[in-house]
Amino acid sequence: MIIRKAKQIGVLCLAAIIGISTAYAESIILQSTTSTKNSGLYDYILPLIEQDTGVAVNVVAVGTGQAIKNAERCDGDILLVHAKASEVKFVKEGFGVKRSDLMYNDFVIVGPVNDPAGIHGSNDVSNALKTIAQKESLFASRGDDSGTHKAELRLWSASDTDPSKASGAWYLETGSGMGSTLNLAVGKEAYVLSDRATWINFANKQDFRIHVQGDKRLFNQYGIILINPARCPLVKTTAGQAVIDWLLSKRGQTAIASYKVNGTQLFFPNGE
Amino acid sequence: MLTQAFSEAFSLIASANPDLYEILWLSVKVSLTALLSASILALPLGTILAISEFKGKRAIVTFFTAMMGLPPVVVGLFVYLMLSRSGPLGVLELLYTPAAMIIAQCILIVPIVTSLTHQIIEELNREYRDLFFSLRIDTGRAIFAYLWDARFSLLTTVLAGFGRAISEVGAVMIVGGNINHLTRIMTTAIALETSKGNLALALALGIVLLMIALVVNALVMIVKTFAMDKGYA
Repeated sequence: MIIRKAKQIGVLCLAAIIGISTAYAESIILQSTTSTKNSGLYDYILPLIEQDTGVAVNVVAVGTGQAIKNAERCDGDILLVHAKASEVKFVKEGFGVKRSDLMYNDFVIVGPVNDPAGIHGSNDVSNALKTIAQKESLFASRGDDSGTHKAELRLWSASDTDPSKASGAWYLETGSGMGSTLNLAVGKEAYVLSDRATWINFANKQDFRIHVQGDKRLFNQYGIILINPARCPLVKTTAGQAVIDWLLSKRGQTAIASYKVNGTQLFFPNGE
Repeated sequence: MLTQAFSEAFSLIASANPDLYEILWLSVKVSLTALLSASILALPLGTILAISEFKGKRAIVTFFTAMMGLPPVVVGLFVYLMLSRSGPLGVLELLYTPAAMIIAQCILIVPIVTSLTHQIIEELNREYRDLFFSLRIDTGRAIFAYLWDARFSLLTTVLAGFGRAISEVGAVMIVGGNINHLTRIMTTAIALETSKGNLALALALGIVLLMIALVVNALVMIVKTFAMDKGYA
């Protein structure tokens, strides 16, 4: 009797698990960078996508590096990240079908209002970074192989400066997302490189402000890729492609441009 | 900040915010399902470990006790690699679903319930062993009798498992993906709001989670007290 009861409960549990996991319609997984999610862009455009294409997009937002790794393991249907060199490599190695430019915005260096390194108003990012290094002002780095981290490393090497020697001293590698790194920077009064969208949306700014912006090298391009069904047979090609086509269509590009926070446009469409 | 968080927590609950209730309900549903599945496995397992004698038993008991300290991130990573489309169970398409979160939480709870059950039943076994032996009661019946007799003590064990499940964030973040309206639960929502810099809202969600835990514990304690009074009256 006991065993029969246990069996019944077991079956019920199994049914519950399966029931929970299959109770949704056609949907795809989008492996994504965090900035597009934290900025609220997805909350704005995903309902439009679902309305037009009938596809529900489920967003897994992690750093660009992790998103690409996850996509290489086939865990997703489309990939939206911001590290062009890595994206091109991803497609070249056969993990993705085709990479398209989707939209852009820019990076900014933010820091405490008292500006210990005296870089406020600069539009030369190399000079600013060199000054931070010379004065050994605190600088918080993502240190997580994300798109922003890759961009930051590129900017350091363009400035002929290697901050890794000062890691743990004035150069703080947080190994976490943009938001957590911003929280740490605010707590420690450190400079930090952030994408503008995440910064504008960040609610714990305290006395932090933008010090460096407007340098061409701070350009931040986002790309979109369909994960290759030839390598990953479970990829939902039709639904995934429909979403990509929508984003690159006139309607999609207009939707991206019309997303604003406090009157500020966060992403600038340049789909091809 | 703290007062702001408390007032935000209460206004969240009072405003009957549908998003909050969705997240809250999923949290409870996932953790309860994980607890139920884990208990079905771990309660008999702990009892068997307590009442039977065999070679290597000490090693197994030590193993389960050590696994009580299993880091959730490691469990998350393990379940992720199993359920990944390129992993052995990829065809099931369970990654980034509530089922994946249930599996991860289940793995985290089983050692706790097994170890604590083992400890409770071992003490009981010292009293009952000879009696059961002389009455020639078979193992299946004995397991049920032990579990039934220790049911009130085992409630605390089960609550410990529930506490571990509902408060966990590292594993469910990896295997669930914190997808809005699909796999977002209280703890991953708290992590998300923290990363957006909405510290007061994050803390408010934490307070709500704490209240849920309190309500669940209080309910179980009331049932326990009521049942014990009745039982011993």
